[in-house]
Formats: sequence, structure tokens, C-alpha cells
Amino acid sequence: MSSILIAILLLATLALIFGAILGFAAVRFKVEGNPIVDQIDNLLPQTQCGQCSYPGCKPYAEAIAGGEKINKCPPGGESTIIALADLLGVEPEPLDAEHGAESAVPMVALIREDECIGCTKCIQACPIDAIMGAAKQMHTVIADECTGCDLCVEPCPVDCIDMVPIETTVQNWHWDKPDNLIATSKEAH
Amino acid sequence: MQPITLHSFDGGIHPQENKHQSTQRAIVALPLPAQLIVPVGQHIGAPADVIVSIGDTVLKGQDIAHPKGFVSAAIHAPTSGKVVAIEQRELPHSSGLEGTCVIIDSDGQDQWLEEIANGSQGINDYLDADNDVLIKRIRDCGITGMGGAGFPTSVKMAVKGKQIDTLVINAAECEPYITSDDMLMRERALEAIRGIQILMKLTAADNCLIGIEDNKPEAIKAMEDALHKVHGEHHITVVTIPTKYPSGGEKQLIKILTGKEVPSGGIPASIGIVCQNIGTCEAIYRAIAEGKPLISRITTITGDSVEQPQNVEVLIGTPVKHLLEFAGFKQEKSLFQKLLGTESKPRIIMGGPMMGFTLSNDELPILKSSNCVLAPSQKELPANDIASECIRCGLCTEACPADLLPQQLYWFSKAGELDKAEQHNIADCIECGACSYVCPSQIPLVQYYRHTKGSIKTERAAQDKSNRSKVRFEARQDRLDREAAEKEAKRQARAAAAEKAQAAKKAAAAKAAEEAAKNGDSPATEASAKPEPVDLEKLQKQLSAAQAGLKKSMDKVAEIKAGEAEAAESEKLEVFEKAVATRRDKVKLLAQQVAEAKKAMPPVKKEVSREDIEKKLRAQQDRIEKSQQRLQLAQEQGLDTLPALQKGLDKQMQKLKELEADLAQFDKAGV
Repeated sequence: MSSILIAILLLATLALIFGAILGFAAVRFKVEGNPIVDQIDNLLPQTQCGQCSYPGCKPYAEAIAGGEKINKCPPGGESTIIALADLLGVEPEPLDAEHGAESAVPMVALIREDECIGCTKCIQACPIDAIMGAAKQMHTVIADECTGCDLCVEPCPVDCIDMVPIETTVQNWHWDKPDNLIATSKEAH
Repeated sequence: MQPITLHSFDGGIHPQENKHQSTQRAIVALPLPAQLIVPVGQHIGAPADVIVSIGDTVLKGQDIAHPKGFVSAAIHAPTSGKVVAIEQRELPHSSGLEGTCVIIDSDGQDQWLEEIANGSQGINDYLDADNDVLIKRIRDCGITGMGGAGFPTSVKMAVKGKQIDTLVINAAECEPYITSDDMLMRERALEAIRGIQILMKLTAADNCLIGIEDNKPEAIKAMEDALHKVHGEHHITVVTIPTKYPSGGEKQLIKILTGKEVPSGGIPASIGIVCQNIGTCEAIYRAIAEGKPLISRITTITGDSVEQPQNVEVLIGTPVKHLLEFAGFKQEKSLFQKLLGTESKPRIIMGGPMMGFTLSNDELPILKSSNCVLAPSQKELPANDIASECIRCGLCTEACPADLLPQQLYWFSKAGELDKAEQHNIADCIECGACSYVCPSQIPLVQYYRHTKGSIKTERAAQDKSNRSKVRFEARQDRLDREAAEKEAKRQARAAAAEKAQAAKKAAAAKAAEEAAKNGDSPATEASAKPEPVDLEKLQKQLSAAQAGLKKSMDKVAEIKAGEAEAAESEKLEVFEKAVATRRDKVKLLAQQVAEAKKAMPPVKKEVSREDIEKKLRAQQDRIEKSQQRLQLAQEQGLDTLPALQKGLDKQMQKLKELEADLAQFDKAGV
């Protein structure tokens, strides 16, 4: 009888001790925010284009953490979907065409500067403050910072913003992958 | 001096050397070409800024482009003549891309700039001169590494705060066919040694090791003889190393001479070593002692399809064609190859057979880093066969001088697994081509690695950019929040102030009423009887919204009646009809209110002046004029922006009309 009592007492004491430790840890090591959101956010391309229908990459990351689909990011394309699927342990899905198609080449916005009337509408539209200028002064895009989200194109009243592909120069060029030919496909040569 | 213990690196290959063909004749100066094509981006780093313009006359050695930024190099006119063009031309680069080139028509005089010709630019007591002065001169003279990569020398020499104990001079010249360093050492050993002395002074190195492969006995002898002529203690040693490709790789040569390994991802300076090519040393001597900028170099022209393989002193910017003609190029002997989309052409390689690249045409110029032009025959360099599958023989692993696993890297590159390739240290690949050389399946391994390295670089740049965008986005979001909060705070402050004023007013009114009551006057209800000022604008807005809603509902009803709507909606006909009725009532009510408010309001005085409207009108007219011009231009050139421009113009016209109407109304009201 007493051995049962001892066992119960012992287990109860242990439960109390561990409960106290866990309770302390929960307060002491409390993590602010949701860490998975940051991990998801890091995988998104940060174009802040809003094509996913959320106002930026962070809100979309939050939505994904809350169960939203992972295939709504056209700038990230297939590689982002695969990375997200890896992270979240879900099956990768094809890109949702409703939100746009993956662009083949990276683009940047370019203002035709002699046509700019200085209305500042594009400046307000730019999600990452990559357009310089002031009212009634010519505006210009900081090409190195531009993510190519094209949110500035639509608000321009004089239609002087073009999306141009980033030019390949000797500095950023790199070798192509060799043609994947093997001896049995000789007729291809 | 104690004897140097030689070490060795793993791997390496022994390809046919083929060096004797081009070492039979002394170096000759190439006759002046009629036109020189001088690219301003010949080095690693930012292309230089052109400072001459078309039509300018330039003298030999005059600077025509200034370095832009720290990692950059100056460019000089290789001969005297006239600048006839500054344009984008194809560069001798594996990409075949274009870059800015200064085109100079030679005047045949080859006249030096006055201050270089009279020698006043030279620093005679260079071993006592200030280091900063010497480094500035090296930078001004546009000296870049002449071994292949073309890294600006002044940048390499400006490693401050790093203790350098050994200066390694790369004279191994391990790649087959190339003999330009060999011939340079045979004929200009003393100049090279003097250049090395300058480098030792700049780096404050304790000793200097010149690594020369044992297949160049004449060069070794010439260098040793030159060393004997140097007075005083010099701590320079010529070291003969066994011939093995790629012992001329920077990291490999350092391993052979010192036994030290440059850490992965590091530079030699991190282990107290600086490495320079022997040709660069000679160029440094000329720059410092004679004040001559880097405008020519020794280039090997070789291969079985040239009659006279040899080394020539060639001006930077000389078209390869000129060089080939001089050496007696015979097209019929040459190896033909078919580039994509072009007819079959003789294959000309810039650089050696291991690391060089095929030129797309023979009009491309010689650069500061072009040590060899190779015109092989069909027999010498058989055309690349198509690759077979990898048979996992492991020969590539044995050949790799960087101790990598080429086969693994090949699989990862083929599958696009960049992160795994990175974990297997693909960044340490020196692209020497030893693996491709030994591969029995003829797999173009190096091209796979180059592609993967480039992809990793591109991906990293994209990641950097995305991190920056994130920071910028968050900063902007913070700013917007802050602005909104400030606005809200101001609004609340205003509301509080207004409330206070209202309360004070009320209190005063109450007091006045009290006093009036006390005085026995009739109760003054004037203040309370005053109707609240009606916000006309707000009412009008509400009205138009209500009208729009009504119209929508009516449309829907009509649609349902016509049987066009979907079945589910048809059932709701009643609901819609009811909505129409309520909305109609609302519109009526609002219209009445608006009418009342209008009556109650005193006629609003226009705040805008006539001048304002006229100003706007004029601006609009100007704008339209500009648009018309642009439209015309677009029409002339047949641009596809035409419809967009036309649309814009229409919009502007409409605005103009509106403004004119405004003006007319204003005048009417004024009268």
C-alpha cells in the first residue's frame, strides 16, 4: 500500500517540478511573433508587387502561415514554390495563373525623363521607395533597387514609365549550360 | 641563401607542350595597324570613363579613359592618330557581348606624348620614392595583371595593414603553346627584375620567389644572369619547378613554392603572400622608370595554320586579323568550325588551348591580358566530339589540382543543385580544364562548372537585392504608419480644441441667457435657432452615389426581365425591385435636401482667379503641342508606341476642352 503511495507522491512531485520548469521556460523564452512567417518571408522574392493579392511579401507570408496556398507568387515562380513546399512539407503546386505568369527575364522600370511631368504618383505607388523626385521635378528610378513590380506603370498620367529587361553586360554575364547531348543523339549535331 | 624545398599539388596533367614552335625567333614589333580598337573595359572591375571625343587627335601614351571607382584601370592611346568613333563593339570575351570601344585611326607617325618622349615622366630613384607615388603611377599607367584575369595591379598592391612576407612571381607559364613570358624573360630579364624590386619595395616582402617551369632553361639562365647584375642584397630567388599543368595557377604555384595553401574563398594576402605575373613586373618597371603606360604587350601567335609562329610586341587594340596576316595565316590549313547560325569559319583561339576561348571573328582586338593567339590546324586540335555519358571512371578527380570532386560537381551542375555544388566548394574551381582534358567521355565539365558558378553568383545577387528590398519595404511601411499616426494625433488635437471652443461658446451663451433672464428681457433663442450649416458637397456626393446605386439596381431588374441573368439571380427579382423602390426614395429625398441646401447657401465665390485658369490652359496647350510632336515623330519612325501616344493626346485634348469651358463659365459668372 505504502509503495503505491510513494509512487504516486513521487510522480506528483516530479510533475510539479517539471510543470514549474516548463512554465518558467514558457515565460522566460517567449518568442515574439511567428518564426515561421519570417522563414517564409525570406523565401519570397520581396518584389512587394502585390500580385498575390496581399499588400506585400510579409502579409502574404503571414497568410501562408495561416494556411493560404503557396502558388500565388509569379515573380518567385516555380523555384519559390518548391522552396516553400520544402519548408512547409507540402506538395508543390503549379503556379496559379490567375495571379499572372512568371516573367522570363528580370525587368526594371525606366522613366522617360523628358516626358515626366513630376506628379509624384509613381513615387507614392512604389512599395520600396525606389523612385526619386519631388512635385513638379523630374522623377527617376533607382535601377539597382527596383524590383520590377510594375506598380508604378499604371498610376502614371502621361504613360512615361516603361518596363525594360535588365541588360546583360560583360560584368553580369555567365556561361550557358552545355547542350545536354549524348553520343546517341548525334543527329542533333 | 638556403635552398628552397619544393612542394607539389595534387592532380595536374601533362599535355603536349608545343612551345618550341614559337620560341625560334626573337620578339619583333608588329607593324602599325591602320586602325586600333581599344575597349575601355579590359580589366576586372568597372569599365573606365572615356575622356576623349570623336575627332580628337591623340598622341601615343595619352590617356583616353579614366578609371571609374577603386577597382578599375586607365586606358591609353596605343599610337598617335585620330579618334574616329566611340561606340559599342563586340569584345574579345567568351560572352561575345559588346562594350564601349574607342576607335583610333593611326596617323602612321607613332608619336609619343611629349613628356613621355623626353623621359620627364620617369622616376629614376624609384627604390627611394614614396610608396603612394609609385602606386599612383601604376594606377595612372593603367597596369593590370597580364597573366590572364586582368586584375588592376594598383588595387592588389594597396593591401594595407596586411603583413606580406613573400612575393611570388608567376613565370611558370604552364599552358601549352604560350611562350610570351618565356621570351620576355629571355630578352628583358633585367627590366623584369627591376620591376620585381619595385614590387618588393611596395609590399615590403622579406623575400621573392620566381617560379619558372623547367621546360624553359634559357629563360631560367637569363633571369639568373640578370640577378647577378643587381647590386646589393635583393632576396630574390629563381626557383625551377617541374613542368606540370596547371602549376601556373596562383594557388598551385604558391603551394609548390611555399607549401602553404590559400584558404578556400581567401586571397593569398591572407597568408602573407602576393602573387604577380612576370609580364606585369616588366610593365611596372616601364611605368615607373620610363613613365610609359601599358599600351603594348608581348603576345604569342602560334598554331600549325600560321607559317611563322613567334612572339610579337603588339599594341593593345590591334585587330587579331592584323596579327594573323603578319604571321602568315593559311586559312586552308586551319581548323574550321561552325558557330551557331553562321557559316563555317577558321577557329581562332585567344589564350591557350586549355583555358582560352574561341573568337567569333578576327576583327576583335588584342587586350592587355591577351597572351596568346592560337590558330590550330585540324590535326592539332580535333573538333570537339559529342559528349558521352559519364562512366564514373574517376580520372577527373585524380586530375583536379584544387582537390575537388569534379564528378560530383558535374552531377550537381547538371541537375541545377546549386546549394550542393556550393557545399562541394565549386567556388574553388580554377577552371583549368584538366578534368575535361582527361575525361574519356569528352564531357565539357568546365563549362558546366562555369555555368553553375555564374548561376550561384546571380542567385546570390538576387538574394542580396531581395534582402535590401525587404528592408526598404519595411522602412517605408514604418514611415507610412508613423505619418498616419501623426495625422491622427493632429486630428484629435484639432477635435479637442474645437470641442473646447464649442464648450466655451456654449458656456458664454448660457451665461448671456442667464444674464438676459435676470435682466428680464425676452429669452434669446437666436443662437439655438440657427440651422446647422449643411455640407452641400457631402450631400451632392451622397446623391450621386445613390443615383449610381439606383441605376445599377434598375439595370439588374431590366436584365432579369429580359431573361439574360442567371437562374439563381432571376429568383431574386422581387428583392431587386424592392431595392429599386427604396433607392428611388432615397435619391428623391437627397435631391430635395440638396436643393434646399443650395437655396440656403449663399452663392459661392470662386476662389480661383482668371489668371490661374489661363495659366493651366497655357500649360495644357504646351503639353498638347509636345505630345503632337512626339506623335509625329513616332509616326515617322513607325514606333509601336503610336496608339498609346494617340490615346494620351486625346485625353489631353479633353482636358483642354474642360479648361476652356471652365474659363468661359468663369467669364460668364464674372460678368
